[in-house]
Amino acid sequence: MPHIEDVAKDLASKLREHKADYIEAHLEDSLSSYISYRGRVLESIGKSASTGGNIRALVRGGWGFVSFNSLDRLDERIELAIQQAEIAGKGESRLAEVPPVVDKVSAPIKSNPENIPLAEKKELLDGYHALIWKTPKLKTSTIGYGDIYKKILYVNSEGSFIQQERADFNLGLSAIASDGNDVQQANMSLGSLGDFSALQKLDEKVTEMSQRALALLTAPRAKGSEYTVVLDPILAGVFVHEAFGHLSEADFVYENDRMRELMVLGKKFGGPQLTIVDGAAVPGLRGSYKYDDEGTPASKTYLIKEGVLVGRLHSRETAAKMGEKPTGNARAINFRFPPIVRMTNTYIEPRDVSFTDMIAEIKEGVYAKNWYGGTTSMEMFTFSAGEAYMIRNGKIAELVRPVVLTGNVFNTLLNIDAIGNDLDMNQGGGCGKSGQSPLPVSNGSPHIRIQKCLVGGK
Amino acid sequence: MQDLMQQLLAKARKMASAAEVFAFTSEETPVQFEANRLKSLQSKESRSISLRIVKNGRIGFASSNRPEDMEGLMQAASETAQFGAEAVFELPASGVFPPVETYDPQVEAIALEKMVGLGKEMIDSLTGHSPEILCEAGISKSKICISIMNSHGLETSYKKSAFGLGVEGTIIHGSDMLFVGDNQSSCHPLLDITEVVERVKLRLEWAKTQARVITGKMAAIFTPDGMASAIIAPIMAAFNGKTVLEGASPLGNKLGQTVFDKKLNLYDDATITFQPGSRPCDDEGVASRRLPLIEEGIPRNFFYDLRTAALAHKQSTGHASRGGGLPSPSPTTFVVQPGNTPFETMLADIKEGLLIEHVMGATQGNILGGDFSGNVLLGYKIENGRIAGRVKDTMVFGNVYRLLADIAGVGNDARWVGGRLYVPSIYCPSLSVASK
Repeated sequence: MPHIEDVAKDLASKLREHKADYIEAHLEDSLSSYISYRGRVLESIGKSASTGGNIRALVRGGWGFVSFNSLDRLDERIELAIQQAEIAGKGESRLAEVPPVVDKVSAPIKSNPENIPLAEKKELLDGYHALIWKTPKLKTSTIGYGDIYKKILYVNSEGSFIQQERADFNLGLSAIASDGNDVQQANMSLGSLGDFSALQKLDEKVTEMSQRALALLTAPRAKGSEYTVVLDPILAGVFVHEAFGHLSEADFVYENDRMRELMVLGKKFGGPQLTIVDGAAVPGLRGSYKYDDEGTPASKTYLIKEGVLVGRLHSRETAAKMGEKPTGNARAINFRFPPIVRMTNTYIEPRDVSFTDMIAEIKEGVYAKNWYGGTTSMEMFTFSAGEAYMIRNGKIAELVRPVVLTGNVFNTLLNIDAIGNDLDMNQGGGCGKSGQSPLPVSNGSPHIRIQKCLVGGK
Repeated sequence: MQDLMQQLLAKARKMASAAEVFAFTSEETPVQFEANRLKSLQSKESRSISLRIVKNGRIGFASSNRPEDMEGLMQAASETAQFGAEAVFELPASGVFPPVETYDPQVEAIALEKMVGLGKEMIDSLTGHSPEILCEAGISKSKICISIMNSHGLETSYKKSAFGLGVEGTIIHGSDMLFVGDNQSSCHPLLDITEVVERVKLRLEWAKTQARVITGKMAAIFTPDGMASAIIAPIMAAFNGKTVLEGASPLGNKLGQTVFDKKLNLYDDATITFQPGSRPCDDEGVASRRLPLIEEGIPRNFFYDLRTAALAHKQSTGHASRGGGLPSPSPTTFVVQPGNTPFETMLADIKEGLLIEHVMGATQGNILGGDFSGNVLLGYKIENGRIAGRVKDTMVFGNVYRLLADIAGVGNDARWVGGRLYVPSIYCPSLSVASK
């Protein structure tokens, strides 16, 4: 099979000759490995290799997209993408200007997963596995490890030719305890852009997770009600991603007049202490890169500054149609999908409130930590804490069963009344949108306090 | 592909005591509309080949989408076999499969223009009903081919066609958003949009006014979509042989005992003609069947793949599925048997309650224990037997096992949700609701 570099060079000249308004190609080579445990035994260990690409064409505002594994018959595929775009296109093609780039980016890969022996990866997991199973009354556990090394080539009809490398590690662990009919679980997940050592030396956290699963069996449920809620950096990070981040993705907004009114720049979204940022140019995080999948350089975008909406995330198309600057947020999970507007590293900027001060005046509240998951309908959000405690008379009190928090995004942002000084980024998990999941992202925040948040419970 | 598979199997047998080659090819053509307009046409070709071997008593596994790279596959499978799970099961020899039809050549023949036309029809129909609605619509056709060969003599392959039709509309007033959608899928072409758009219109009608519920316990009807969004996932997990084997299923020791309301009957069936979840055999070459899971409230079986079954001292039920990696047990098509209560009768019975269409985030909590809680993204207040309007800022929570232990009625209105679940409305006498 030919090297993707050679195919890309060949494509570069072909794309420039074509009569679509715009045409681009992605070619990708990747190698991945994974190891999983369920219960007391190793469940699977495997390796996978993948090669493929896509051609995306724009004609009169309509897109054609052709993806493939086999790198032959590329002329036909180019023709097909253009034909499709011609059928779809009834308007005008508009893309924000991005100067063509020729670049070769060797990612700062501290440890290429391909160079780490499978034995070493397994040894690390064996250690965590043994730790989890030291916990009594444990019913089962899961460990899932995955890594991927990718080389991606991007060429377009405007003369861009970009090669980027990327290595991603992820690890998820869970401990499940059971007592008769009752089953409780505790989870943790983390990841890293190209640094295997981020997954090492987690013994203490793994032990703590296993013990928490057990403790949850005897923990009471919180009573369902409105509370003053304090979120830890991990959960606040999920909140900012789910509840606000998705709203600032311009593809939800650009062709929808009502959404444009709702998300008009300059509108007040929160108190003066609230500043929210997204940016792949923030280095070293799971959502970091130099160029997005349309060849636009990464940036750092202020979404909310001191409570006021000041920006949003764009692809070249959404930026052009809204008359704003492209932000380098067009991403595809792999060559099987076209790039769409996605978040990268999203966080609330720290302020100066200490955790002690934040909870000091709460008579009865909920301290929600960690996460299982979260989702949003743009107006409404819901997310699950992996761990929760009651706050009573200014102090952290008893452990309660994991809680689900839900509410209206706009009211909840306005109800954030304290932001801590302890920003921390969560690198676990991944983001899903339009069938593309899990995309590596990070999100973070300091501790935050929200007034009047609806908590599900008994 | 067949030739390559045979070559790979022959080579793998020389270095391993058992070997299996699984190959998958697919061609998919999605047509997408955004903001009421045609946005893109796509064509996606995909293939993969995977090799599972038993070497020195351990499982090795590798997959690739470069079928010609046999050496790479063999090397990776050998490498992983050094650390792999113990091989506790035998690959099946050639089997007899039920005749399950899953391929209709008509699907491939549907022209792109026809698909574009269906999208336009759906959008025109909905904008005609509610001019302010903005729709996303998708129409897709696909063809997949699955082939399995192993060193015990199994050699089989089948084709499947699929056609999907879906639309989601959004109506925004200020910061108030309404999302209503519906979809249908089949192995046959779907050329009639009526069912999909009529269901969306009905929901739009119901949502025209808003109503408030007060926090507390009340009767609730989960529609087929409501069941899919809140109730089904924990049940799927609990009947999974793997969950049972690990001791994490609340039903693990309850086979033969009454756990659910006796009106509840559930089976998993991969043999229904022309359904997208159907297949003659599973991804390890074990014959498909109709497997009773709940009969009159009593759990009857769990579903297994080869390895899980061997570890549990059971037989595979033909439920191995692969998502690119090694097989593991998963449901194929869940069928909740319809009851005899008309939807209108359930509604008429409720003085004050909720009609639930979509609970957002219900299954993100502790699903093994059956607890669910989430925001009612689409639901309506029932007042004196009638739908009084859409509810907002409302959360429901409960436990699937407690909820399904006491059902006031099983609807006669079962329908397909997402192609792999057939379920009626379920009427629950008491559900916890929190509202602002």
